[in-house]
Amino acid sequence: MSSLQRIVIVGASLAGLRAAETLRAEGFEGSITVVGDEPHLPYDRPPLSKQVLRGEWDAERVALPAARNEALDLTWEVGVAATGLDQAARTVALADGRQLPYDGLVIASGAAPRHLPGTEHLDRVHALRTIDDALAVRRRLEAGVGRVLVVGAGFIGAVVAASCREAGVEVTMVEPLPAPLARVLGPEMGGVVADLHRDHGVDLRVETGVEAVVEGPEPGSPLHVTLTDEQVVEADVVVVGIGVIPNTGWLHSCGLLIEDGVLCDATTLAAPGIVACGDVARWPNTLFDEVMRVEHWEHALDMGAHAARRLLAGDGPGEPFTPVPFFWSDQYDRKIQLAGRVRPTDQIEVVAGSIADRRFCALYGREGRVVGALTMNMPAKVIRYRRQISEGLRWDDALAAAAEPPAPPAR
Amino acid sequence: MRVVVDFDLCESNAVCMGIAPEVFEVRDDDFLYVLQEEPDESLRSKVEEAASRCPKQAITIEG
Ligand SMILES: Cc1cc2nc3c(=O)[nH]c(=O)nc-3n(C[C@H](O)[C@H](O)[C@H](O)COP(=O)(O)OP(=O)(O)OC[C@H]3O[C@@H](n4cnc5c(N)ncnc54)[C@H](O)[C@@H]3O)c2cc1C
Ligand code: SF4
Repeated sequence: MSSLQRIVIVGASLAGLRAAETLRAEGFEGSITVVGDEPHLPYDRPPLSKQVLRGEWDAERVALPAARNEALDLTWEVGVAATGLDQAARTVALADGRQLPYDGLVIASGAAPRHLPGTEHLDRVHALRTIDDALAVRRRLEAGVGRVLVVGAGFIGAVVAASCREAGVEVTMVEPLPAPLARVLGPEMGGVVADLHRDHGVDLRVETGVEAVVEGPEPGSPLHVTLTDEQVVEADVVVVGIGVIPNTGWLHSCGLLIEDGVLCDATTLAAPGIVACGDVARWPNTLFDEVMRVEHWEHALDMGAHAARRLLAGDGPGEPFTPVPFFWSDQYDRKIQLAGRVRPTDQIEVVAGSIADRRFCALYGREGRVVGALTMNMPAKVIRYRRQISEGLRWDDALAAAAEPPAPPAR
Repeated sequence: MRVVVDFDLCESNAVCMGIAPEVFEVRDDDFLYVLQEEPDESLRSKVEEAASRCPKQAITIEG
């Protein structure tokens, strides 16, 4: 392992920071340099769409504590982007012209929001990825707005809609698919989320996209947004959550395989001495027989830790990375959690609680196996199923066990 | 070792329970219960992992 003296991490956020912590925890004593293009030390993104947007937390509160841990002895290069990688020379080029030599490289450059075409010049159209984005939207909300248009009812959009409603702001949300979160939950469970938002007063338009956004007639008057069904909606602010694109631009023609992310082997290795993790990485997860890229908080932690250990394993075979993906999304007073990897064609069975109460657990099955567990306000269930899914839980066994009356309480 | 949970921060997502079910349990009432406030040293690495993976940084370990 110890031909490694200098490790460079590109991406100063969740995955990169966890990789750095893990390198130290595993006893790596060489230098660790963390490069980040944002002018901040690593911070946490989930509160951006909630506490920060609603004005409850300031920017200071979202800092990730490990970034301030001096015992980790990290060299920070923040506010400067990596612009290139030379595998032969083993150097990372920085935007200010410097070349950083490395023996081991961790690619953790994450992903950036997709933009709504034709809106680049409109300053009231916002993405939500960084603390600066969140503070900009919050300033708009604090200045007083009549209506927010949320474009895309994925994770970010759905949470933003909920936060705005909780702050008493009118919300229209448009989504090209038949339901919110349909890409990750499938249309049926997406429908449950649709009802949740409608009951909280969101004007939700599904199977609808945005055709054009133009400034209103007077300065300061609402934006006019033409939808694909030709309706026109007025909005003072537009928040766009139509997915992200992995940040691989700086890796152009460096010899790594880039296919909607940095392609790694099953152990997170992208090339000798180079690992990738978090939102930017794609790898074959043998547990699901699928090459996947996962954009969740816990995934960034776990893959960051795994990638660090893989780097230290050097020329050894390394362990495959086989997680059951997991996310949570808090919307209003509901906690939506999914463990697994589901497809719209999977069979679905509610095994506990009820959809009417918005407190339930549903299982997703494919080819005789349970591939996902979705819960709304049943956190303990999803955690238990997550473990069982990693152990290869069979569909029939799961349904039979769920049908049994619960064991009497131990005490 | 003493486990302290800041219940103002905890959002009961049960992540800690997945890692150290001996110490953390989220029950049907959606609240997190700390089953052992002073768990045995043999559980230290699990409890530390749970603390580091809590999305709310709600768990602290004293001693
Ligand atoms: C508003 C919001 C809410 C979220 N809520 C949830 C949630 O409730 N639940 C959940 O599971 N997940 C949630 N997520 C997702 C989660 O935050 C991400 O999966 C996680 O941040 C990914 O971490 P990462 O380190 O891989 O990438 P990122 O956090 O994207 O970090 C990558 C960093 O690298 C930097 N970078 C990019 N290119 C370069 C370069 N060339 N040189 C230097 N630096 C570079 C980027 O600017 C960024 O700072 C949310 C995300 C957002 C934005
Ligand atoms: S992981 Fe943290 S937030 Fe989640 S239940 Fe445990 S203490 Fe609470």
